[in-house]
Amino acid sequence: MAGPPAKWDDTRVEEIMGKLLQAGVLLAAAVVLVSGIFYLIRYGNTLPHYRIFRGEPQDLRSVPGIVRFALGGHSRGLLQVGLLLLLATPIARVVFSVYAFIREKDRLYIGVTLLVLAVLIYSLVWGRA
Amino acid sequence: MHILVFTLLVGLASFLAGLLGALTGLGGGVVIVPLLTLAFHVDIRYAAGASLISVIATSSGAAAAYVREGYSNIRIGMFLEIATTFGALVGAWLAARVANNAIAIIFGLVLIYSAYLSSKHKEERRDDLPPDPLAARLRLDGSYPTPEGPQSYHVRNVPGGFSLMFAAGVLSGLLGIGSGAVKVLAMDQIMRIPFKVSTTTSNFMIGVTAAASAGIYLGRGYIDPGLAMPVMLGVLSGSLLGARILVRAQVKPLRVLFSLVILALAVEMIYNGLTRRF
Repeated sequence: MAGPPAKWDDTRVEEIMGKLLQAGVLLAAAVVLVSGIFYLIRYGNTLPHYRIFRGEPQDLRSVPGIVRFALGGHSRGLLQVGLLLLLATPIARVVFSVYAFIREKDRLYIGVTLLVLAVLIYSLVWGRA
Repeated sequence: MHILVFTLLVGLASFLAGLLGALTGLGGGVVIVPLLTLAFHVDIRYAAGASLISVIATSSGAAAAYVREGYSNIRIGMFLEIATTFGALVGAWLAARVANNAIAIIFGLVLIYSAYLSSKHKEERRDDLPPDPLAARLRLDGSYPTPEGPQSYHVRNVPGGFSLMFAAGVLSGLLGIGSGAVKVLAMDQIMRIPFKVSTTTSNFMIGVTAAASAGIYLGRGYIDPGLAMPVMLGVLSGSLLGARILVRAQVKPLRVLFSLVILALAVEMIYNGLTRRF
C-alpha cells in the first residue's frame, strides 16, 4: 500500500504531468493561432462548406499526410499540425506515466499504462474504420 | 456569411461557452455541438470533431491547476482509462454507423442529464468504509488534503465503476464530448471516491479518453482545421479566464442560467432529431 515515500513520488509525478500538459496545450494553441491568421488571409473571403459532410481530403486525415501538406506551406495543413500537437499532449502524458511507473517499479501499472498507450496509438495509426 | 465572419462568430460563441462552462463547473464542451449544429448549421460530424478537439484543450489546459491542489489520483485515473479508451473506440466506431438524427436525440438526453446532475447539491461525505480487496490489490486507495490534514479513503465497487466508465467512453466517442458528468458519477457515486478527488481525476482522464476517439475522427475526416481552430482557441481562452475569475464570481445565478440554456439546447436537439432535420 502507498506509504509516505511512494505518495511523495506520486505527487511529484503529477506535478511534472500538469506542467507537461500545460506546455503542450500552449504550444499547440500558439501554432493554431499563427497558422489561423494565415488561413484567414488565404480563405477569409470564401464561403464555409460545413452544412454538408464530405469529410476532409486524405491529406488532412493521417499524420504523414498532414506533415507533407504542411511542409508544402498550406495553411490548412499547418493548422492541422497544431491540432496534432494538441492530440499528442495527452499521449505524451501517458508515455510519461509509463516512465514514472517504471521508476517506481510498479509492474502492475506499467502494464495498465502500456495498454492505454496501445489503444491511443492504434486509434491514431489504424483508426480509419 | 464569409469564412472570416463565420470564424469570428464561432470563436466568440466558443469563448462564451468556455467561460460559462468553467464558471459553472459544467464544462463548455457540452454545448459546442448544439451551438454549431443549431446556430451555425454545421453538420453534426464536423461539429463533434471540433468539439472533441476543444475538450482535449480544456482538459489538458486545466490539469496544471488541478494538480497543484493535490486531489487527483493517478492510479485511479490510469486504471479507469482502460475502460474509457476502449469505450471511446467503440463510440467513435458507432458514430459512423448511427444516423445523425439518432445521435442528436442521444445528445439531447445526455444534455438533460448533465443539467440535472449539476443541479444536485454536492456534499463531501466522510464515510469510513472498510477496504475493498480488489481496490486494495489495484492500489487505488489514497488520501487527499483537508484543512485538518490528509484524509484517507477506500475505493469501492471497482467492477461497477469500470463498467460505467466504459459507457462514459462510448458517449465521448459517439458525441464528441468529454462526458465528465458521467465520469464523476462513476467515481463519486459508484466507487465512493471523495467528490474533489473524483472531479480532478475525471478532468485528467477526459483528455486521454478524447484522444482515443480523436485518432479515429481524424482518420475519418471529421476534424476540419478551419472549424476546429476558432472552437479550440475560443473554448480554451474562455475556460482559462473563467477559472481565473471563478474565485470572485457569484456562481449560483450563472449556474441556473447556464442549466436553462443547456435544457433549451437539449429540447431543440431532440425536437430536430425527431423531425429528422440533421
